[in-house]
Amino acid sequence: MDTVTVNGNVIAWKEGMTVRNVLDEMKYSFRLLIIKVNGGIVKRENWDDFSVPKNADIKVIHLMSGG
Amino acid sequence: MSDIFAKNADGMTGRLSRAVIGIAGCGGIGSNVAVSLVRAGIGKLIIADFDIVEASNLNRQYYFISEIGKSKVTVLKDRLLQINPDCEITVHDKELRRNDIGPIFGEAEIMIEAFDRAESKQWLIEEWATNYPEKPVISGNGLSGFGNFESLKVRRTGNIWFCGDGVTSSESGLCSARVAIVSNMQANLAIELLMKN
Repeated sequence: MDTVTVNGNVIAWKEGMTVRNVLDEMKYSFRLLIIKVNGGIVKRENWDDFSVPKNADIKVIHLMSGG
Repeated sequence: MSDIFAKNADGMTGRLSRAVIGIAGCGGIGSNVAVSLVRAGIGKLIIADFDIVEASNLNRQYYFISEIGKSKVTVLKDRLLQINPDCEITVHDKELRRNDIGPIFGEAEIMIEAFDRAESKQWLIEEWATNYPEKPVISGNGLSGFGNFESLKVRRTGNIWFCGDGVTSSESGLCSARVAIVSNMQANLAIELLMKN
């Protein structure tokens, strides 16, 4: 089975899988996130279109208000 | 003037005097980070904010009663020059947008993300990490409430660094001590990264 790793969790990779699909799969409903795929930043405006390659290492960081 | 930095660690004064750091936002994080960096001997700071000082800022931000109603960047610059008149301070009294980041902060070696709203943190980090992947951005992320010191940590992914607990948001309230701790984690990390480079 092809997989991707999201914050250390291994999930199944599917053909055409986008960053948005990964967030849905992980049930991440929070929208203020920093997302990196294989070390490169994926801007929020590209989450719906950016295709995640198989074996990708994905980092998702929640951003909290306050300062 | 060199006496100001007589107690600095070995090698620190020379390296930091050549450093340029950008600070986006001059509220709870930005005002505290700026003061610490100038006390450490940073050569140049670029600071930006569009806000004026309000009474509700005084519980955590580095401003005084007499400054209420005045531009934050203007009074902060005066404060910083009272600490080290040789520090070069460039101020931008404006609400930052994505397109401002390159023209305003491009020469900075390190970006300090010091916004309060998570939406703003998001676009700033995205913009910086996309345009300057080789230069660190240090974000304050999760500094609300009080106590719970053990949860405050430095986390990184590549050149994006996060200081804070990563969990609390401003709905929990903002307290002077915890905001200052996280601000100084950011300042301390910036100094550490400069000294390694």
